[in-house]
Order: sequence, then structure tokens, then C-alpha cells
Amino acid sequence: MNSGSDSVFMGYTRADGSVGIRNHLLVLPSVVCANDTAARIALQLNGAVYVTHQHGCAQLPSDAAQTKRTLAGFGANPNVAACIVVGLGCETIQAREVAEEISKITTKPVAHLVIQEEGGTLATTAKGVRIGREMLAEISLLHREEQPLSKLILGLECGGSDAWSGLSANPAVGNASDRLIRAGGTSILSETQEMIGAEHLLAKRAVNPEVAERLFSVVRHAEEGALADGVDIRLANPTPGNRQGGLTTLEEKSLGCISKAGTEAPLQEILAFAEHPSRHGLIFMDTPGHDIESITGMVAGGAQVILFTTGRGTCTGCPIAPVIKVCSNTPTFERMSDNMDVDAGPVIAGTKTIDDIGKALFEEMLRVCSGKSTKSEDLGYGSFAINRIGPTQ
Amino acid sequence: MTAPEIHNAHCVTAEDDVASVVRNIEPGEVLSINRGDEPIKVTAVTAIPAGHKIALRDFKRGENVIKYGEVIGAASEDIPKGAHVHVHNLEGLRGRGDKR
Repeated sequence: MNSGSDSVFMGYTRADGSVGIRNHLLVLPSVVCANDTAARIALQLNGAVYVTHQHGCAQLPSDAAQTKRTLAGFGANPNVAACIVVGLGCETIQAREVAEEISKITTKPVAHLVIQEEGGTLATTAKGVRIGREMLAEISLLHREEQPLSKLILGLECGGSDAWSGLSANPAVGNASDRLIRAGGTSILSETQEMIGAEHLLAKRAVNPEVAERLFSVVRHAEEGALADGVDIRLANPTPGNRQGGLTTLEEKSLGCISKAGTEAPLQEILAFAEHPSRHGLIFMDTPGHDIESITGMVAGGAQVILFTTGRGTCTGCPIAPVIKVCSNTPTFERMSDNMDVDAGPVIAGTKTIDDIGKALFEEMLRVCSGKSTKSEDLGYGSFAINRIGPTQ
Repeated sequence: MTAPEIHNAHCVTAEDDVASVVRNIEPGEVLSINRGDEPIKVTAVTAIPAGHKIALRDFKRGENVIKYGEVIGAASEDIPKGAHVHVHNLEGLRGRGDKR
């Protein structure tokens, strides 16, 4: 393996041309009513991962479409080598439809099971375990090969931010993102609410006026939601922990947040939640600031790896994509060393530059993409949450 | 009594009129702050928790406050130079449905 090289990584080539950095068997419920059965199947298969969620039925069409896109996108992510979709049978989002969507994007092994058709929990679980075991045997034969960085999609996330996040960890992640994009890769920035007050800066880097206007439009939509509710946005954002950490206003949080997008890469495209990029380079996805929903959206859009900055400290992981924690300050890094991967605190201490940390972070990201596990993976963290647009009916 | 100096309160740009302090600050401490190329000295007039902001000039109520070279909100009361700047005296201007 080319450890230390900054131009390649070692990943699994998929038949559709995408590249996985992990080789997961994913058990995916199409609806909340299939959560427990999906979990029972995965728990009997050493090496399988699963997610649970609250959706898939009684949703308005806009929400149902978004949920289906998110589920199919998660199953289609190149880090998933094989997928079993489990449905109940009477729900809006049928397991067969999700499996078909995954098969439209990829050629990986995909199966679907319907609890009402199989004859209940025990029969469905038994069949799922048999199918899953065959899938595990098949995907265990796959091996890593040298891959160009153009095959990487990086998700940029911050959570539990403090006043140092925008001065150390976020610009260091931005530096690593600029390095990836210079090498032909792609980065997704997200969290629309945390663009409020900083959108004009990113819009200046848009590749054309349409992309800039679309950015302004999604940010306006997020802001109008708060205005229409007649509430003080600070009751939601910055969060209580953000404020204890020294962040005062949403504008201040946003200005720090966008530094994860680096300083130079042009903004290529604006995506809906869980939509796949059609271009390389810097992309913006319209997601909430909520960490788990935002990561879920980016991974459903194809991101294989997440750089996650924090100042207060968070434990978040994703079931199918490694999450690399970058801490803004050394005291938190040391206090939560179980959860933190990289310390950007030396930037605050003045002993290292943003470029130093950005380079180290980029190299660590390539090691993780080549197989090195992250703290959140070691701990088995795997949160999953689908953003919703309207109420359940 | 001579208060100890620190050299690690941070400004992001030379236009910023607040800086973030790297440790808990007591009233009377003199901070040496790197703003742009020239360090400036500011005496803290209130306690300021680590990571929080100190005013680098006097603000009148309603005046904009600059960090990252951009407006992060407006002073909700007069703020003297050297005071703690936080949610008690600085308000965001965007998304404020409560102000409608």
C-alpha cells in the first residue's frame, strides 16, 4: 500500500465505477415498522451493519420522495458492498422499490424481504440471515486496489462547535478539502441554517450566477422558516453548548462554519438533501444543521468519508462511512481522547499553522480511506437520521 | 499591581473589533492581542471565560460588531472596551422572527 502518498488511496472498485473505502453489508428497513426485524437480521451476521429510522409511511409525497432517495442513496453508497432491504408490506415506501432504486445506480448484490409475505418475524429473520451469510462470503473476496483521488467524495461537517472551531479545526478541514479538490476530488459542504450570515462569501465563489442564486435561494428558504415561526432563531442555533463555548450569534457560527469549504475551490453545484453530485469539486447540499441528518444526507449523496470538526466534543459516527473527528482545542481533545482523531489545538497555541494541520489531516484522511479505522468506528457508533419536510399524516 | 500579560487572544482579521481569549480572564488583566500585523493591548474590565470574546473598542447600542471581517450582530447595549461580549450584550440580526 502507498501509505504516505498524497495522490492515491486503496479502495474497493465497484462495478459501476465508484470506489468504496469500506466493504459493508447493510441491512436497511424501508419503514419504521421493519426496524426491529432489520436489526435482528444484522445482529446475527458478523460484519453486517444496520440502521433504524422513523419514516417510510404516512408521509406527504415530498417527504416520501426524500425518504426513499435517502434510503436508496445509503444502500447505493460505494462503501456498501451488498444490501438487504426489509419492509413490512403495507407501507408507502416498499422494500422492493428501494431495492430497485439501488440496483438502478449500482450492480451490487441487493435483496429485499417483506415481513407480511414471508410470514412474520422469525421466517423473515431466518431468510435474511441465510441471504446475508451468502452475501458476506461473496463480498469477503473483494480486495483493495490503488485509486485516484477523483474517486473520493468527502463530507464536511461540524458539531458541538465552540469559538475555536472557526479559527482552527474548520479552516484546517478547509485546507484539507482544498488539497483534495486540487487533486481532482469532491467535497460536500452542508448545513443550510449555518450558512445564514455567511452565504454572500461562498456565493462569490460560485462558478456561475445560477449557482450563486440557488445558494441564496436555499438559505433564504431556511431563514424564512424561522421568520415565519416568529421565534428567536437563537433558541435553536447557536445551541446551548455552542453558546457556552463562546459562540454568540448565528452569523458568527455561520462564518466559522463555512471555513470548512476552504479558501479557493469554486462552488460547482447546489444539491437537494441526499442528491448525488453531478460534478467534481466543491458542492453545497441543502441539509439542516443537525449533525446526524446532515451526515446522513451527504452519505446518501455518495460521500464515503466525513471530516467532522468539534470544539465541545461529540461522539458521532455513521454506520457506513468513517467519521474523522477534528478537535478545535487541545483541552477537549485530551478530555475526550476516546472520541477525537486529530487535534487542531496547536493552531490556537500558535505552535502549528492551519496549513500544517490541514496537511496532517489530509494524510490521515487518506490512511482512513485506505483502511485505517477511526475512533467512532472502533466504538461502533452509527447514527442515522432522515431529514423531514412536513408533519406525519 | 502589574497584571500578567498574555499573547494569545486571537483576532481573525485586522478589521475585527472583538477577539477570542484562550483562557479564563479576570478583570484588570492586560491582554496582548495579535490583530493583523500589530499586537494591541487591551485591559479586561470584566471576567471573560476561555473561548469567549473581548471588546477591542467601545460600542454604542445598535452598532455592528465585526469578527472574521464580517458583521456577526449588533450591540444590544453599550459595551465598553475590554468587556465580555456575548449573548447578554450582542444580538444576531438574521432569522429573527421574534423581531418581526
